[in-house]
Amino acid sequence: MAYFSSLLAQFGIFVILATSLNLINGLTGMFCLGHAGLWAIGAYVGSAFSVFVWPSLQIDFPLLQLACSCVVAMIASGAVAFIVGVACLRLKGDYLAIATLGLGEIVKVLLTNWELVGGPRGFTGIPPISSAAVILPVAFLCLVLLLNVRYSSFGRALMSIREDELASNSLGISTTKMKIVVFVLGSSLAGLAGPLYAHEQQFLHPENFNFMASVLILLQVILGGMGSFTGSVLGVLFLLILPEVLKSLGPEIAQWRMVLYSLLLIVLMLLRPQGILGKKELGGTW
Amino acid sequence: MTDIFQYFLNGLSQGSIYALVALGYTMVYGVIRLINFAHGEFFMIGAFTGLFCLEAGFSLLLTFPIAMIVSGATAVLVEKIVYRPIRKTGNIPSLITALGASLFFQYSGQSLLGARPRAFPQVFRSESLDFKFFSLTSLQLVLFSMCFILMLGLWLFVRYTKIGKAMRATSFNREAAELMGINTDNIISLTFFIGASLAGAAGVLIGMYYNSIDPLMGVLPGLKAFTAAVLGGIGIIPGAMLGGFILGISENLVTGLLSSSYRDAVAFFILILLLLIRPNGILGKQRKEKV
Repeated sequence: MAYFSSLLAQFGIFVILATSLNLINGLTGMFCLGHAGLWAIGAYVGSAFSVFVWPSLQIDFPLLQLACSCVVAMIASGAVAFIVGVACLRLKGDYLAIATLGLGEIVKVLLTNWELVGGPRGFTGIPPISSAAVILPVAFLCLVLLLNVRYSSFGRALMSIREDELASNSLGISTTKMKIVVFVLGSSLAGLAGPLYAHEQQFLHPENFNFMASVLILLQVILGGMGSFTGSVLGVLFLLILPEVLKSLGPEIAQWRMVLYSLLLIVLMLLRPQGILGKKELGGTW
Repeated sequence: MTDIFQYFLNGLSQGSIYALVALGYTMVYGVIRLINFAHGEFFMIGAFTGLFCLEAGFSLLLTFPIAMIVSGATAVLVEKIVYRPIRKTGNIPSLITALGASLFFQYSGQSLLGARPRAFPQVFRSESLDFKFFSLTSLQLVLFSMCFILMLGLWLFVRYTKIGKAMRATSFNREAAELMGINTDNIISLTFFIGASLAGAAGVLIGMYYNSIDPLMGVLPGLKAFTAAVLGGIGIIPGAMLGGFILGISENLVTGLLSSSYRDAVAFFILILLLLIRPNGILGKQRKEKV
């Protein structure tokens, strides 16, 4: 049961991360490879708030504590994203990818060197106030929010930036402003996932947020279909269940599960590069 | 002052490793506009091939070519089986496939060889050579001259041979090159081979330098070499060398003057700064966007 609920919690966390990355990557077409870094900022800042600041307020109400730490985390990730966004978003394609990749690595190194939150030993003693019961509704709200963004005039503007930035600029869309707003919004959602994750795991380590974590989130987005939020949910489901199924097939196979998993990924790209849903949403417009 | 000069020298030998790996990134990007994320893994494959050769009792002179051929051949296989079919579907699917290939090599390496680091045999007795202002180990000297020879060889090859000319033509404009009778598919395979064999040589050199290798050793040097390639201007061969040296030197300066724990961050920090000032890299030309 505990295993099942931790799996559900993980599912919710990655739904938030994948859909928020899809907003940046899929809907707006900005190739970002540092999503785990922004997630890490949220997780560490939110947990630091909850461990060091909250006790001095002397309010015994765990859900409010979690909510406050989430708000702090969102502000922190959003602020970092704003600074980085203003500087980097005029870069395009591969260059934006490498700049955001660099951001993720820098965050990881800074966290490893931050002694207050454990540095290389990891951050322990985070109160266990988050669980699947909180995470799943938040993930659902996040999905609804992003679907609403997609079908708003703002969302259409974002898609026009993805299709042709120059053309959408000439049609009167302030592309730079839009891109910064999207980057900050997507990043603060990644920040939101931070404390939810931290207070469920009760332990954080900088290595949890390495480049591979960013890649995993990206793969979930791409598997489900770039630009399809419900697709991202499917992508998360697929990439979460697959290793578990393989694990249950026996230790022999479990040892090779990550290999099989990467092979499956390559095969899927060869057979269906647009992902499971492409740009469509499950359930159509609403 | 002498310290700084010493860091500079250490950086030069480390930078030459980055440069060797960065060359592969930049060459592949030059011909097919793909960030080949699996490139760091070819570096790892070269190191392990070197380990097995040396453990089997081969001499160092034989080990280098074998490691280079094995990682080059692996790269050609990956290119033919995986990258070629997906090339036409566009940028993002190719990038994802490259990430998949990278993961595949990392995890099959871990499953086959175990995750623990392995000791690299000490085949080369390194002596410290003391000069008036600085000291060098003879290993550093070998490392640097080896990298220099390989890079010079590559430069001569690309510049003065017919195949090199075909490579440049392919990277300049693939369709036009095809119309001129160049078999671009073969040229692309060859590019993968050369790039990966340089990375394989770099893998053996890193094994000799640090005496320890593991299946995930390619990840961070791979990323750094890629940033080195971008730093110099991706797709430009001298740019990759320049980027590698700049990265190696600045890393060592930061390690020496500040703290070793910030080393990895500073490499990326410099990159972001440079991208903001000169997004096309140091040697890159500014491209005008056409509508």
